[in-house]
Amino acid sequence: MSDTIALDVAGLAKTYRSPGRDVEAVRDLTFQIRRGELVCIVGPSGAGKTTLLRCIAGLLDLSGGQIRLDGTAVTEPPAGMAVVFQEYGRSLFPWLTVRGNVELPLKEKGLAKAARAAKVAEALDAVGLPDSADAHPWQLSGGMQQRVAIARAIAYEPSVLLMDEPFAAVDAQTRADLEDLVRTLWKRLGVTVLFVTHDIDESVYLGQRVLVLSNRPTVVLEDVPVDLPDDRDQLTTRSSPQFTKIRTHVYELVQSAKRGERPEVR
Amino acid sequence: MKISELPRRVLIALGLPVVLIALWWFASAGSTSFFWPPLSTIVEAFPETWTADPWLHDVLPSVARLLGGYLIALLVGVAAGTAIGRSRTLRALCEPVLEFFRAVPPPVLVPVIALFAGYTGSTSKVLTIALGCLWPILLNTVEGVRSLDEVLLDTARSYRLGRVATLWHVVLRGSSPRIAAGARQSLSIGVILMVISELFGANRGLGASIVQFQRSFAIPQMWTGIILLGLLGVVLSALFRLVENRSLAWYRGQRDAERER
Repeated sequence: MSDTIALDVAGLAKTYRSPGRDVEAVRDLTFQIRRGELVCIVGPSGAGKTTLLRCIAGLLDLSGGQIRLDGTAVTEPPAGMAVVFQEYGRSLFPWLTVRGNVELPLKEKGLAKAARAAKVAEALDAVGLPDSADAHPWQLSGGMQQRVAIARAIAYEPSVLLMDEPFAAVDAQTRADLEDLVRTLWKRLGVTVLFVTHDIDESVYLGQRVLVLSNRPTVVLEDVPVDLPDDRDQLTTRSSPQFTKIRTHVYELVQSAKRGERPEVR
Repeated sequence: MKISELPRRVLIALGLPVVLIALWWFASAGSTSFFWPPLSTIVEAFPETWTADPWLHDVLPSVARLLGGYLIALLVGVAAGTAIGRSRTLRALCEPVLEFFRAVPPPVLVPVIALFAGYTGSTSKVLTIALGCLWPILLNTVEGVRSLDEVLLDTARSYRLGRVATLWHVVLRGSSPRIAAGARQSLSIGVILMVISELFGANRGLGASIVQFQRSFAIPQMWTGIILLGLLGVVLSALFRLVENRSLAWYRGQRDAERER
């Protein structure tokens, strides 16, 4: 059983300590993500979603609990993890071309030049940007920039792909396209995806499961299974009664989280 | 830049200088003042003043000292600035001292440095130039490194970029616009200090020559020296811009793109 678990978060707690004031952001988070799963995390704003994601990414020290990726405890950014940040404009290196951005982590991995070129071309192709390799990120639209960030992440061939509200800053149409891109890539590459969002519809549309978080200090309010067919599209899936039902349920959960409702202490 | 734009740009760049030279030429044409000779006299004096020997023994050594001091300042400034910018502790430790040294005008250091490094050799002059150029580069590097985007650094960390790659591809590239701003400031300080460092006890060098012409009342020659100094400044800043245009093209492009949005 344990080798089908890609990401294991057990009793995660995070308190920001500063002189005279401690802020308890995450109290006790426990969940597991199986290999190849696509799980969304949704919660009211200020629920510590970004804190959680930065902890999982190994960018923040934990105050308690443990995170294991492929059985190994995460104490620093692990090799098998790639992150797509919300601020695409700030996470791509503006002095590198699109190719340079995708290639840089591969260079650090020690891949040979030919292998790098092949992977870069493949990744850019997969996100629909085969002709933009020589452009600089700032020459592209926001949606395209986020595609580049996704290309960089998949070229890195992570076992878990973390996405931190990646589409929060793009327009609605681009957003729909990018959501479908994530579904397509996930199915094609078999990568495990943990997708953090504040958008309830997005979480239901994308995920196989939706973890609803409480407000601060954060715990998991409910683990909602999304029993929608695997083939989803923006029109039929979003208008199906089942989608509406799950969406309503998640919506109510988030509303109750906002009111400060918390699960019974086990 | 399109080819058709080139003549227009050259015209714009040269327009004001041509007008100023013309003004100087005609205003000074009939001048009988000893200290204010006609420009035509100065122009005539130029080739006979700056022959092979002064080029070799005055101008080139001066320029070499300038470049030497400037490069030392660049290396030390960027290295120390990066270290200070990256470490909060180091920054807290250094900041008051840096503020103090920045406030000391570099020319007052000339006699002090000369005391330690000697009046006549190149060492004291290179040291003076280096010390004067250091502060703008150092302080701007600190500022540039400190204001690096957190998201970029997080990205570098999450993709496990090593120390060297992070330093080279992220920290230095990211702070290069600020470093360049400091380096540009330092270049003009360097030219000033090149001259000043030769005012005390040097008998050769571009700055020393100008002073000697002045003291021996060789006024047209003195003017040619001043003009040469100005031209040197123009050439250096053009070279600087050439390097800057190449390495900071991304920065300008990004800024323009942001402005359009």
